Amino acid sequence: MIPSIPQSGAVKLIYKAYVLVFFLWLALPLATVVVFAFNDSQFPSLPWQGFTWGWFFGDARPQIGLFHERRILSSIGTSVFVAIFVSGLSVLVGTTNAFLFNRYSFPGRGLLYILMLLPLVVPGIVLGISILVFSSRIAGVVQDASGLYVDALRPGLVLVIAGQFSFITTIATLVISARLIKFDRSLEEAALNLGATPLTAVRTITIPYLLPALIGAFVVAFLMSFENFNTTLMLVGSDAPLTITMFDRLKEGSTPVLNAVSLLLILGSSVLALAMIALQRR
Amino acid sequence: MTGRGLGFYLLLAPLVLWLGLLIILPHIDMAIVSLRTRVAPREYVPSLDNYAAFITEPLYIVTFLRTAIMSVLATVITLIIAFPISYYIAKIAKGRSQAALFLMCLIPFWVSELVRTFGWIILLRETGVISGFLQWLGLADQPIEMLYNDAAMMLGLVYTSMLFMVVPLTTTLESLDDAVIEAGYDLGGSGFSVLREIVIPHAMPGIVSGCIVVFMLSLGNYLTPTMLGGKGSLWFTELIYSQFIVRFNWELGAAFGFCLLGASSLIVWSILRLTGQTLERTMGEGK
Amino acid sequence: MSADSAPDLECRGLTKRFGDITAVKDVDFSVPAGSFFSILGPSGCGKTTIMRMIAGFLEPSSGDILIRGRSVLGVPPNKRPVNMVFQHLALFPMMNVAENIGYGLRRQGVAKAEITRRTGEVLERISLPGIGARKVSELSGGQRQRVAIARCMVLEPEVLLLDEPLGALDLKLREKMKIELKSLQAEFDTTFVYITHDQGEALVMSDAVAVMNAGRFEQIGAARDLYYRPATAFVAGFVGEANRWSGRVTRVEGDTAEVQTDAGLTLRAPADGLKTNDKVSVFVRPEAISIGPDAAAMQDQAFGTKVQVTAMLFNGANSRVLVRDPQSGSEIDVALPQSAGFANLDKGAEVQIGWTREQTLCFADTAS
Repeated sequence: MIPSIPQSGAVKLIYKAYVLVFFLWLALPLATVVVFAFNDSQFPSLPWQGFTWGWFFGDARPQIGLFHERRILSSIGTSVFVAIFVSGLSVLVGTTNAFLFNRYSFPGRGLLYILMLLPLVVPGIVLGISILVFSSRIAGVVQDASGLYVDALRPGLVLVIAGQFSFITTIATLVISARLIKFDRSLEEAALNLGATPLTAVRTITIPYLLPALIGAFVVAFLMSFENFNTTLMLVGSDAPLTITMFDRLKEGSTPVLNAVSLLLILGSSVLALAMIALQRR
Repeated sequence: MTGRGLGFYLLLAPLVLWLGLLIILPHIDMAIVSLRTRVAPREYVPSLDNYAAFITEPLYIVTFLRTAIMSVLATVITLIIAFPISYYIAKIAKGRSQAALFLMCLIPFWVSELVRTFGWIILLRETGVISGFLQWLGLADQPIEMLYNDAAMMLGLVYTSMLFMVVPLTTTLESLDDAVIEAGYDLGGSGFSVLREIVIPHAMPGIVSGCIVVFMLSLGNYLTPTMLGGKGSLWFTELIYSQFIVRFNWELGAAFGFCLLGASSLIVWSILRLTGQTLERTMGEGK
Repeated sequence: MSADSAPDLECRGLTKRFGDITAVKDVDFSVPAGSFFSILGPSGCGKTTIMRMIAGFLEPSSGDILIRGRSVLGVPPNKRPVNMVFQHLALFPMMNVAENIGYGLRRQGVAKAEITRRTGEVLERISLPGIGARKVSELSGGQRQRVAIARCMVLEPEVLLLDEPLGALDLKLREKMKIELKSLQAEFDTTFVYITHDQGEALVMSDAVAVMNAGRFEQIGAARDLYYRPATAFVAGFVGEANRWSGRVTRVEGDTAEVQTDAGLTLRAPADGLKTNDKVSVFVRPEAISIGPDAAAMQDQAFGTKVQVTAMLFNGANSRVLVRDPQSGSEIDVALPQSAGFANLDKGAEVQIGWTREQTLCFADTAS
């Protein structure tokens, strides 16, 4: 079962074949999506009508490429906007959470830690509806009391950000905590000993040490926000992020422009993920 | 260093605000909404009607049970497929190929679930690649619809969750010292007994954390059942969506949400109980 | 300059309690300027607690710590004129050598050019010029050691604390670093306070050593005193090697006490306040024991007996021989003199051993 233990050739071969089939299976749907982004046809399906860049750069019907699709371009912008907000906020709160759980023992710490993990085991759609219900109640209370119509509390980008933030923060906390736990506290003590104030010690020693995890958490949060669907679906208003726009388009019937968008997404997330991994390895 | 000064409260505040405003209060409010019935516009009375409807209406309860059972099934299938792969990555592949294989597992999952599902649609539908391929081979004489059935839905669920099983399994298996496996053989164990008595017990935390996450993701999935399972998919999240967005019956939708939450908590809790793990340990290690 | 007459570091009645446990009990000592002072004790004896109180990471439960005659109680660690070399050195991994050394200066707001100058200077003094741009991870164990010291010394502290800094090094390097530390201390002419559980380190380097056990100082003195004139049974047993017996005083005659060990050896030791019937622990160092072919060669010894060799432990200059006293059955560890004649001793051979009254270290057991 491990290389040092002899095994019959047939078993090894079957095992290798299984692994190979598995990875082919993993790659199959993505490869298909990518290939059909270049099919010169109205539908992302066989037969193959020849190669074209039209679904990226085409500017006239019937081939309007994604770079000329206002709806898709603006939803990519929306997704980026949401993702930056969500990752920034979750890294910030994730960092304070990590320090809180790492540095302090206090009554209720265990309970708070479990509460902190809970968003991971609450289905995304339930997170979405609970925030929808709660925010519209607040909006109702505010409107009854003051007559103000609070736009931010109605389905829209603010709620989408809040909904994604609510569970991505847990992941950011875990990523940052994992590195903070490995931090050698004597480094901070050494900084104090050399004349740094406690805050300076954290700023000059602990934060630089945490930096790979902070960047990692930011990238993970960005990708999770960008591809989130369930929570966003319940909270979305008129400005739809990319996943929602693509979902609507898919329901209407797809054209290869969706393949082109998908190809960009695959490239974008692979580059981000690889860059992050390279950074962590350093 | 355990004194609680200003710093402690500054660190505590974001946590409390986050959990309070976005997790705890919304769920309490959802509970309140689920426990009332509308008797007139903007007029409500407390009642258990929504939960009664859930139990008495066959469509609801059947959909609910079906979703739970299918999710368990998806979890088991994912585990069975993923274990040999994780074992291969952790124990057999070495050096560069190990890292490369692990990366190849990771990359597809950084891509939106929507794109992955889209890929399966292109492959499986009547005018799709597989159908066309079979016709070209002469194995079929007319287009075959492979979409919109339980098998396609199961395929999508397993595919979508695979990473969340492979990663924790690989991590725990990697931490198993080769010498321990060698000792098992040295002491006369067979491949099967070493697997059963040494490898699997060691991998238990990874198995548990993988199963919890995969189960959760399947149970709460909306996209895959809708897109691959079609109208007949009868997935519980679709009921929640339609109550909230289509019918605008938030009371019933909130009750459904709680039933979903209850089911997932129950299963997560029983997995943890059965295997003697804790949430902190599984989640902390799984990531 | 009367301030100079104050010791660099002084602790008065220093006590630290953690809940019900008293880690440090009423410790008093003072370290004169420019000396090398070691605290030696087994792990868990409280020496790290003392160190952390001096550095300011722990507040004493009672007692006072004075540096150059001024109390530093209540002064935060970053304001104390002491610097510390941590057990695992705590070099900042995200900075290069020069940035590590310049860290403290940057905190003081020293100008950039000045920092560069002083960093270069201190690197010269630790004989590692020009390594400022290196990463910490590229340094060897000994280099890291020296950089950690330089990082503190560039701040010109009154007292340098060293918390078992050699613990992580391998044996050979440790031997070399002992000598190097001593010369660095001379080079910087700063007071070093060194804690360790390794008596070799403490004895070789220190001007004075405090032996610590269970939160208390057992004895403070020069290495020689601790070795030849241990004040307590713990010091006799902990510092250097010794044959140890427990027994009882059977007779006191003038300045000589006769002790019967539990195994039945009868020994004579300096009386030193011992009374008949006192329970005692007796220590005799292996190298204090003379060995000869027969009784005639042992005339001047207070104790002599004929014994049988049970094992020969050859280790070059540190060779030992284990012998058994046929009457009491006690096994005795004897250092083998380097003079020829004993190299051929074999198991079963009969020899005469003996030692003087003064070399019999005898301590009354404390009532416990």
